[in-house]
Amino acid sequence: MQIIKDREIVEDNWLHLDDEAALVAGNITVSLARWQEQHETLEHHEGGLGLRLSGDDPLEEIVPDLARFSMIVLLFPVFTDGRCYSYAKLLRERYGFKGEIRAQGDVLQDQLFYMSQCGINSFELANPNRLTNALSAFDDFTESYQATVLRPEPLYRRR
Amino acid sequence: MYQYDKYDQMMVDQRVAQFRDQTRRYLAGELTEDQFRPLRLANGLYIQIHAPMLRIAVPYGLMSSRQVRKVADIARRYDKGFVHFTTRTNFQLNWPKLEDVPDILAELATVQMHAIQTSGNDIRNTTTDQFAGINAEEIEDPRPWAEIIRQWSTFHPEFAYLPRKFKIAIIGSETDRAATKLHDIGLHLVKNHDGEIGFEVLVGGGLGRTPIIGEQIRPFLEKEDLLSYLEAILRVYNRLGRRDNKFKARIKITVREHGINHIRELVEAEWVQIRDKLRLDQKEIDRVKAFFTEPDYDSNAADDTSFEAKLAEDEMFARWFKQNTFEHKIPGYRAVYVSLKKHGQAPGDITSEQLEVVADLADEFSFGEIRSTHTQNLVLADVKQADLYELWQRLQAEGLATANINTLTDIICCPGLDYCGLANATSIPLSKQIADRFDDMDYLYDLGDIKIKFSGCMNGCAHQSVGHIGILGVDKKGEEWYQFTLGGSSEADAAIGERLGKAIPKEEVVDTVSHLIDAYVDLRHEDESFLATVRRVGVDPFKERVYADN
Repeated sequence: MQIIKDREIVEDNWLHLDDEAALVAGNITVSLARWQEQHETLEHHEGGLGLRLSGDDPLEEIVPDLARFSMIVLLFPVFTDGRCYSYAKLLRERYGFKGEIRAQGDVLQDQLFYMSQCGINSFELANPNRLTNALSAFDDFTESYQATVLRPEPLYRRR
Repeated sequence: MYQYDKYDQMMVDQRVAQFRDQTRRYLAGELTEDQFRPLRLANGLYIQIHAPMLRIAVPYGLMSSRQVRKVADIARRYDKGFVHFTTRTNFQLNWPKLEDVPDILAELATVQMHAIQTSGNDIRNTTTDQFAGINAEEIEDPRPWAEIIRQWSTFHPEFAYLPRKFKIAIIGSETDRAATKLHDIGLHLVKNHDGEIGFEVLVGGGLGRTPIIGEQIRPFLEKEDLLSYLEAILRVYNRLGRRDNKFKARIKITVREHGINHIRELVEAEWVQIRDKLRLDQKEIDRVKAFFTEPDYDSNAADDTSFEAKLAEDEMFARWFKQNTFEHKIPGYRAVYVSLKKHGQAPGDITSEQLEVVADLADEFSFGEIRSTHTQNLVLADVKQADLYELWQRLQAEGLATANINTLTDIICCPGLDYCGLANATSIPLSKQIADRFDDMDYLYDLGDIKIKFSGCMNGCAHQSVGHIGILGVDKKGEEWYQFTLGGSSEADAAIGERLGKAIPKEEVVDTVSHLIDAYVDLRHEDESFLATVRRVGVDPFKERVYADN
């Protein structure tokens, strides 16, 4: 499957592992429940390890484990559920997460600008046939009034 | 007033381009109705019974004459030649074509206007007092702060998909003309014991199905901390607010379910983390304040004597002066209401021709600025007393001088069943009938300050639950019925009205208002207002009068 990562269309090299599925080598993501149950095994996983979070999951509880993950996947069950915008911003600004933050679920072109400003840098679009069109959304606006992850100073300091 | 620089202009221009493309994709079938809905709502566009409705922002209720002329022009060319002002100081076009909306937004952008975040689950237009900056009792002009909030809240990437809509109101004096206690966040500029000016912050007020008065979350906030504190509240709400039930999604329910003390703990804990980073620079505060300096007032304005003479010789003028003008901090000046409540006309409506006259009058008499009010009227804020007589005559010629401000016929009313897809019942025609019933101006003045607020459904756009008399349209098996409440207020003494009794059929609504007024006249002590009387005697004596026949 193709995704958008750092504003480019790339082939995805991650496997989102169901809780029932056996562990495999390579880049995998797991749910919070699986991480909590099997973290000792997963600590020694060969390949990239990613964690999937939804807005229902307690973000602050996984902060001590963040260093173990090279990717955090944020789930948008419907695109109107905006909780994970705050998660992305906190992961970047407060908890210093430097790895990949990926939006998954009901991810649409018209949300990409805001998501990217909050620190999400890869996107599994709900409609993977429109990736080329969607790339233009990152340039919907060339400025933001606010301090964002991509522009840490508010606009008024650049005026 | 604030003027866009290249950044502000670029932002609204890019918004128009973005929405033009979104509309094109929707019409081409690339976006579903569900996907398009939040995008159009974030640009003020509703799909209503008869046609789309476009709500256009008037940030903190302030417009230039140039903007008002453009609005008149747009209403004429893209709509039926009139607009409707709302309780949040915005205005609405009721009949635009969906495919024209990108062009309408592009035209608005040429005069620094937009429809950004006038609907949808985002941070809405920040509203304020129509007498901001001209009012002698004011602690500080709230408009620069409203502009600072406007910029912070516009396209805030983290808060574009909140659990529900989010409204902020700010005032700079004790008198509350902006219903701040009924907003998600209410901000009051206050002075602390050391004489420093800052904000008292209220949270969790709101109307609709569950009307709640906002509670204080912080007694004093330093001005430089405004944006960090707002951001902390919004972040806590974005994470905690309910998303399972849209009727429980407003922050008022979050505050009620978790308690103000717990919410305060969460907000303050969040705030501590972001406070330093988001502290406002004095340079930015000064930059914005520089747009709201006093106009070039005539220091001899109070020397004029023609005004006193006109007051003495023309009783109609004297009435209008008393009812429709407001004192100004500069001697010899008054603020003037342009009444959009002419009897027999839909409250808050104004035609393109009238808008153009108001723009001309603003240029001639009030430094070219026009304000819109929470009560769905307009204000010319800086008029010399020597000009009042001519201004009155010219307003009168346009039907804009009905001397009924703050009387029973200054009704706040939503569009209702005739225009709105949400409504259960008619509101505007009944408001007109109430105004017709009370067309004796002397009687109206004798009755004094009575605020009727009339909504056509539970969403409560006319804020009926805080009306002195609130009227709410409800649907009962396909028939229109009306639930009355008494004793509400949206001001400093904010209160939710108490139910009068069982709902009333449509044909008895006007009679019911008459019964309530008759009861008030019998019950009142000398000079006692309607609200004070209701609060003293309670609802029962009114109830007896209204339901006596049944």
